[in-house]
Amino acid sequence: MADELTPDEALDKIDYRPRSSSEPRNWLDTTKSVQIRPGMYCYAAKPESVETLGLPYAREWNPTDEDWKLPENWQEILHEGIKERLERFRTFKIFMDICVRCGACADKCHFFLGTGDPKNMPVLRAELLRSIYRNDFTFAGKLLKKIPGGKRLLGSREMSLEALKEMWYYFFQCTECRRCSVFCPYGIDTAEITIIGRELLNLLGLNIDWIATPVSNCYQTGNHLGIQPHAFKDMLEFFVEDIEDITGVDCTPEFQKKGADILFITPSGDVFADPGTYTCQGYLILFKYLKDKYGLDVTWSTYASEGGNFGFFTSHETMKRLNAKMYAEAKRLGVKWILGGECGHMWRVINQYMDTMNGPADFLEVPVNPITGTRFENAASTKMVHICEFTADLIKHGKLELDKSRNANRVLTFHDSCNPARGMGLLEEPRYCIKACADEFYEMPPNTIREQTFCCGSGAGLNAGENIELRMAGALPRANAVKYVHNKFGVNSLATICAIDRAALPTMCEYWVPEVDVIGVHELVGNALILPGEKERTEDLRMEPLPGVEEE
Amino acid sequence: MNQRYLIPLTAVFLLFLLAYAGVEGLGLQVVFGVLIPYLAIAAFVIGFVIKVKGWAASAVPFRIPTTCGQQKSLPWIKQNTIDNPSTSTGVFVRMLLEIFAFRSLFRNTKAAFNRNASNKLTYSFEIFLWVGALAFHYAFLVVLLRHFRFFTAPVPEVIQTLEYLDGIIQVGLPGLFISGPVLLLATLFLLSRRIFDAKVSYISQAADYFPLFLIIGIAATGIAMRYFTKVDIIGIKEMTMGLVTFHPHIPEEVGGLFYGHLFLVCILFAYFPISKLMHMGGVFLSPTRNMANNTRAQRHINPWNYDVPIHTYEQYEDHFRDKMIEAGLPVDKKE
Repeated sequence: MADELTPDEALDKIDYRPRSSSEPRNWLDTTKSVQIRPGMYCYAAKPESVETLGLPYAREWNPTDEDWKLPENWQEILHEGIKERLERFRTFKIFMDICVRCGACADKCHFFLGTGDPKNMPVLRAELLRSIYRNDFTFAGKLLKKIPGGKRLLGSREMSLEALKEMWYYFFQCTECRRCSVFCPYGIDTAEITIIGRELLNLLGLNIDWIATPVSNCYQTGNHLGIQPHAFKDMLEFFVEDIEDITGVDCTPEFQKKGADILFITPSGDVFADPGTYTCQGYLILFKYLKDKYGLDVTWSTYASEGGNFGFFTSHETMKRLNAKMYAEAKRLGVKWILGGECGHMWRVINQYMDTMNGPADFLEVPVNPITGTRFENAASTKMVHICEFTADLIKHGKLELDKSRNANRVLTFHDSCNPARGMGLLEEPRYCIKACADEFYEMPPNTIREQTFCCGSGAGLNAGENIELRMAGALPRANAVKYVHNKFGVNSLATICAIDRAALPTMCEYWVPEVDVIGVHELVGNALILPGEKERTEDLRMEPLPGVEEE
Repeated sequence: MNQRYLIPLTAVFLLFLLAYAGVEGLGLQVVFGVLIPYLAIAAFVIGFVIKVKGWAASAVPFRIPTTCGQQKSLPWIKQNTIDNPSTSTGVFVRMLLEIFAFRSLFRNTKAAFNRNASNKLTYSFEIFLWVGALAFHYAFLVVLLRHFRFFTAPVPEVIQTLEYLDGIIQVGLPGLFISGPVLLLATLFLLSRRIFDAKVSYISQAADYFPLFLIIGIAATGIAMRYFTKVDIIGIKEMTMGLVTFHPHIPEEVGGLFYGHLFLVCILFAYFPISKLMHMGGVFLSPTRNMANNTRAQRHINPWNYDVPIHTYEQYEDHFRDKMIEAGLPVDKKE
């Protein structure tokens, strides 16, 4: 960690004017100088992880090597790959054609704001691929490449090894957060371009390991972290013991229970690492409460033990292959509908892709909350409900007994996760839950929340250790807004509904805004919820003294 | 100097000179006044149709709107029906605002980082690009519609009303049409952004400067003809009516300036479908804007959805059965 930049050094590097003195005027000229720099890139996928799913060209390779051990006909593979995707995705075709390079997206990207690297302007990230599209697929491009200097006029270029490396480097410096898409007058979505760009790179076996290994794990073992069934059960039982120590109530969950009312699926990250584990304990407490009070039967599954979907960061096909388990398991267990935990990209997949890919889910019922009678019409076809929608509904109907004072030590703000915000619109539900569980809540500035929220800087599979400089740079805009409310209102807790956030934001806070904790919304619920028959709690789920207790 | 804008600038000059000299020197009125306009219109129409049909031929496998507001969920939570539409009415309103008011661009902000004790990133409302873009597009539209006076006889009342409104400030003789100078100024503004804003300059190609210079050329020659050189308007109308009625006619008194203007317009039309100017058609088809966010309520069909190999529960249980039994997890097969 000695070669890591200090926050001050990182800030010194930020300059939003493309450095024309050191860089050629035309970015097309800079291709050869692209340096794949340590701290900014993730390690290459391990061949065994690529092989698990039978994806092509599994091999040992190193991004910083000259030779990427590409297949002989790699240009042809990419050309055909682009062609096929132009037919399959109208988004891709239109986004390749209609950008006018107005620059509205330029300073909307957290990576650009944190690094000042002009190739992190969303428009330029897309241009890396567009330049090749123009050269190979457009009338103007085909015409102009015959004229000396013609390619320059259009900004087109050949698919060279340098161009490929550059695309690899920058498509893995995009977290597919869609913030730029909010501002684009034509709705051009860089996430879509990155998704397809990465899909193309995967045709050549050019994935990163932080994506490929979770994908492999998820496929074989049921979750990204490769937690085997017995270990998964052990881990939850460990939480059960902790909860019993704190509350005196046994919250043992059901696993693979056939005929349960609801199948619950959440990212495995919440089973694995703090502070996600506390959110997981919140779920256990909530389900115990609903079981005892209302007889609601919720089951977990070790087979479908992953809500997230790193396949989404690999290819559409891989996304579908991983996602298929949710419906398959719901069908096998014969549950009525599925409840999904707090996660970001998981919810973009469920909201915008799952039913289309793996539906129709005609073996499930339109979700109805049996406790309140609410019919979730917005999930009538997918049959999957977000836990914040579910909990908000319970709270609204007064079905949960909550003691806000147990969260009184928390001065909260809420980080909208990119995907629930811009791929779904889940904005009020988590806020409603938070406000029901705690008194002190302050919003960050309006340009940094809701549909304009800033990414944690580690999404879309970039939450690795080796690219820490990139991650911290990308997290700067988010951290800057957290710091603002920390200074102004004394905010000490950053609430979120995303497992990647819970893994990434503590590192961000430690780096940019020490003294701010990251907390899942259902950790707040777990703290506040009064379980039937519980003992007087003296500790919160983190086993820290409850507010007011320490003085006694 | 930057050849990315010098080359297009020179090209537009040369194109103008080509038509001017062709007419004044070589007497090629028929080429520049009849042949090329017909070819340009044909290129525009055919190119536009090919492009749009090409887009329409591509599948829309997933419904992926960019949601910019609260979703429709629980009945007591207020949905943002325009920025996160769940019905086609909502989508229609969203598209109307997008196309006629450039709603997304209106959100534009300018980020600034102050490297000092506070190290604050700030985002200020940045309205100039929106204003400039709106002024440019609407002025262009009005100018274009006004020109229908040359292609219709009698001139429809709508066009006359538009002309009346465009000239309502009643300055000068012939009366000033405000759309002309607005178009010129807005184009100059967009050009200056490309040249002086370091970020925009970095992303700009010759292909971005070319249409700007072309439009500046068109606007400047048009303004010159109307207010300064005072061309033979009757002759021009005879000629343009000849074009629309397919009885081409070359007037005697019309000079090179007009043919230069017309030629630049022809170039713009022919260039349109093979360039980024096709954003005019594309904005209607952008799947992140023209679709409802209701995929959980109504299933969207992917026309090329295909079966994929998955790791089934049976395979999973076969792999882990002993461990599962030992841990007390339910299994389908005991053996």
